[in-house]
Amino acid sequence: MSDSGYAKDVIVIGGGPAGYAAAIYAVRAGRSTLLIEGLQPGGQLTTTTEVENYPGFANPITGPELMTAMKEQALRVGTEFVNDVVESVDLSKRPFKVRVGKGEIEAKTLIIATGAEAKYLGLESEQTFRGRGVSACATCDGFFYRDLKVAVIGGGDTAAEEAIYLTNHASEVFLVHRRDELRASKIMSRRVADHPKITMKWNRVLDEVVGNDSGVTGVRLKDPRTDEIEELATDGVFIAIGHQPNTNFLDGQLKTDDAGYLITAPDSTQTSVEGVFASGDVQDSVYRQAVTAAGTGAMAGIEASRFLEEQG
Amino acid sequence: MSELIETGTDANFDEIVRGSDVPVLVDFWAPWCGPCRMVGPVLEEVAAEYAGKAKVVKVNVDENTVVAGSMGIRSIPTVALFHNGKLTDTLVGARPKQDFTAALDETLAGILPN
Repeated sequence: MSDSGYAKDVIVIGGGPAGYAAAIYAVRAGRSTLLIEGLQPGGQLTTTTEVENYPGFANPITGPELMTAMKEQALRVGTEFVNDVVESVDLSKRPFKVRVGKGEIEAKTLIIATGAEAKYLGLESEQTFRGRGVSACATCDGFFYRDLKVAVIGGGDTAAEEAIYLTNHASEVFLVHRRDELRASKIMSRRVADHPKITMKWNRVLDEVVGNDSGVTGVRLKDPRTDEIEELATDGVFIAIGHQPNTNFLDGQLKTDDAGYLITAPDSTQTSVEGVFASGDVQDSVYRQAVTAAGTGAMAGIEASRFLEEQG
Repeated sequence: MSELIETGTDANFDEIVRGSDVPVLVDFWAPWCGPCRMVGPVLEEVAAEYAGKAKVVKVNVDENTVVAGSMGIRSIPTVALFHNGKLTDTLVGARPKQDFTAALDETLAGILPN
């Protein structure tokens, strides 16, 4: 037994499509593989409804169903699962050390697949009313807005999807965007434009969330061109302005770009530390799809296995 | 579900939560809420570790709109801590276990001074 006899060949951090795919490939390459699922097993897909663009499913499958199937597949091939949260890692030498709530685990290689999470604007009022009218998850919280009015902040696909989903519950949905055109795909933009319950608020940013002891009562919007203020009475506000990668636990030990996404070598998942690989949304600010996450996950699983082979 | 976790409803909430002798963590959840799935197993562990000192009650907001509405719950998962019939803490969103145990420990420290 070598010095690192107690170390796992591969530890995958993150339970989303990138992590599950990485584990499936590493295990099938004969590597002892442990996957730490984190706070949200299944990842962002667990908060989506129907997934219409994951190849292989002629009929739409729901996000949670897809993720349950991926997890079962990873389990079946022999991945060891830990239901815990990574607090910190030590990448200064191999084997790498991974600290979780229940203790410390060692790994010869690491695959970071911690994904990204919804970003908030950073307003104080946003924090004050979080869970009392401010949300970043329409599928979680839309239920509470039956026949009420809500605002969605953002202009990308996520914002468009959230707005459309919320029309199932709310009486009226205001979609607030800082420009006069959505960034969302053409098909989503058209669905929003054609929807009788959605009212566009072009050229507006969220200036402050307004509320009282019982929660949100409205939003104060600002026209960034004129600084003109407008108040809108709503019972909730959904923030859908994008995502930020989950890298806090790395404490700067891996190189990131200005937005915080992990930098990987061209055509590879290799990070700035040898033996550490990254896949999925934590290193991808461009595509951010379940299928691209699974794709880079597979790459990371293969590359980790090859690295172990080269190390002997 | 663990036997240690009780099921709260609109009908029994006053009795098993507000009327409890020990602090109660109330997990407001729904079957369609992805992040809620994470909180369930964490609270089962908490229920086991704090057996006799505190308890955990799960309330399905889909079926029990009155109690969720009266508490102004507008986001799930939300975990509320009750002690002596009063709401003492509210934790919104999926959280690590230590957030729940810290809230309980703080409340228990107030009850059982050493």
